[in-house]
Amino acid sequence: MSTERDILITEVALRDGSHAIAHQYTVEQVKKVAKALGEANVPYIEVAHGDGLGGSTLQYGLSRTNEMELIEAAVSVCGDSKVAVLVLPGIGTITDLKQAVSIGAKMARVATHVTEADVSAQHLSKAKEMGLETVGFLMMSHMAPVEKLVEQAKLMESYGADTVYMVDSAGALLPHQVKERVRALRQNLQVNVGFHGHNNLSLAMANTLAAIEEGAQRIDGSIRCLGAGAGNTQTEVLIAVLENMGIKTGIDLYKLMDTAEEVIAPLLQSPQEITRDNLVLGYAGVYSSFLLHAQRASKKYGIDSRDILIELGRRKVVGGQEDMIVDVADELARQRKAN
Amino acid sequence: MSKVKVAVLGSGNIGTDLMYKLARSNVLELTTMIGIDPESDGLARARGLGYETIDNGLPGFLERPELADIVFDATSAKAHVRHAKALREAGKMAVDLTPAAVGALVVPTVNIREHLEKDNINLITCGGQATIPIVHAVSRVSPVQYAEIVATISSKSAGPGTRANIDEFTVTTAHGIEKIGGAAKGRAIIILNPAEPPILMRDTVYTLVDPERMDEQAIRKSISDMAKDIQTYVPGYRLRTEPIIEGNKVTVFVEVEGAGDYLPKYSGNLDIMTAAAVKVAEEFALHKLSQTVK
Repeated sequence: MSTERDILITEVALRDGSHAIAHQYTVEQVKKVAKALGEANVPYIEVAHGDGLGGSTLQYGLSRTNEMELIEAAVSVCGDSKVAVLVLPGIGTITDLKQAVSIGAKMARVATHVTEADVSAQHLSKAKEMGLETVGFLMMSHMAPVEKLVEQAKLMESYGADTVYMVDSAGALLPHQVKERVRALRQNLQVNVGFHGHNNLSLAMANTLAAIEEGAQRIDGSIRCLGAGAGNTQTEVLIAVLENMGIKTGIDLYKLMDTAEEVIAPLLQSPQEITRDNLVLGYAGVYSSFLLHAQRASKKYGIDSRDILIELGRRKVVGGQEDMIVDVADELARQRKAN
Repeated sequence: MSKVKVAVLGSGNIGTDLMYKLARSNVLELTTMIGIDPESDGLARARGLGYETIDNGLPGFLERPELADIVFDATSAKAHVRHAKALREAGKMAVDLTPAAVGALVVPTVNIREHLEKDNINLITCGGQATIPIVHAVSRVSPVQYAEIVATISSKSAGPGTRANIDEFTVTTAHGIEKIGGAAKGRAIIILNPAEPPILMRDTVYTLVDPERMDEQAIRKSISDMAKDIQTYVPGYRLRTEPIIEGNKVTVFVEVEGAGDYLPKYSGNLDIMTAAAVKVAEEFALHKLSQTVK
């Protein structure tokens, strides 16, 4: 098996995909997926609640299965692949991270809003101390100008991140914006640069290729688009595209296609596609995991979910502010009653 | 009415805001501002307002201990550990606004009466001051199995101390939700939002109530009463909507607008800390004065 890799792929379906299935993963499902990904030689597999370690809350949705059990399950079957975990300071703690490491997690991805990198200092340096590979994850990158993104990325680099990701959490960035951001990051950082996209505007693949063209060395994908909103860059498609471009990922395309078709597709209640709500996430620049929450609030308050999402975008709500969804829906419903 | 003399230790944003709030108190008499930088805006303002100013920190105050009986510590957690010891030895009562948590954890509307004899009081966190009373409001009428709070504050109002120790915020607040709020299990989340103009502090409180012993009407009344109690010392504390009750889940949305004394109005998270500190000291002063009368 070829293990030469020009680009290192992280498969996020077992973390980002948790949003799409309302955090209902079971140990059996995770084992099946992680085993298949390991056999396809995917280098990194991210496993956690969609909002990272400790995300199982009333705010974000309770996990059906304790994420530590899911991490343990993935570690037990994924072979040479490494299990990564996500942690959002303010939600998950260093204690959670230590527990994940004790059961076999090898990479810590520490995520903050694009302007708030300094809350990751403690978590990144502790992760480094524990001997983990470290990633700084700057979410909602579309909300800050390029200079700000670079400044914040440099902070994460200084805290000990081995890679800094530019994360398009809303799937709102256009290819030329991805290019200028990745270019600036590559010019200013010593460490690796990564890109994590969402397909809400059908641009995840185009944006990923733009990022690679500008020198990004790490890319996230979700198999069968199993991620929040319309999903991420579809991993098996990306591997095929990169092969045709002569870029090696070391991943077995056939095995990955089989996994998508035979293991992932049956998990989905409906295929991941760009519905009108998903489209609006990207259009309004709203955190992709707001999708199901907005749909629930829409039902409860009788307000078009698109109106809720657009209002959230207008208010510049950031990732993690799921409580604003009901708050805004309630306010819109009262305004309409008053009119 | 005679007043109890107080001093503020720390002439930064928090200390200076405290200075303005204390000027309005009927039971506390601010005499002294203690800092370490004679050029600081806080000390300059204090001089301008005619207060004693000390610019060599706590040691300077301890040379003139007659200046105050209660000292507010608005420095840092690390410094407070040292200050706490020195103040105790000098027989001074300390109201600690840092996350040091050396003394008893207090939310004025909930448990101040249990701690009126203590010499050191800690105010937990801003998120705790805003949300623990609501958890308590529910738990005092129906048992709370689980409470979870989400505090969202503007990035501009999150100081370097909070940012460097964000786990400390979530862990300490969760502990307060259980110990003081009365929830069997507590969780806390903090979110920073960089929007301009800066957002007001927002807090969401979720509680899961024992469905067998849930009294919806009593819960609604208790929450509304509690909000009124808090408004007596934090006028900008508001419930954004009626509590939302679905099954055994009670959701409360809170907004905290600051008084705008020295800190900007959006930083309700800081305002609720300084306001709670003054409230705690006033309760102590009243207690002390009532004992003197006897």
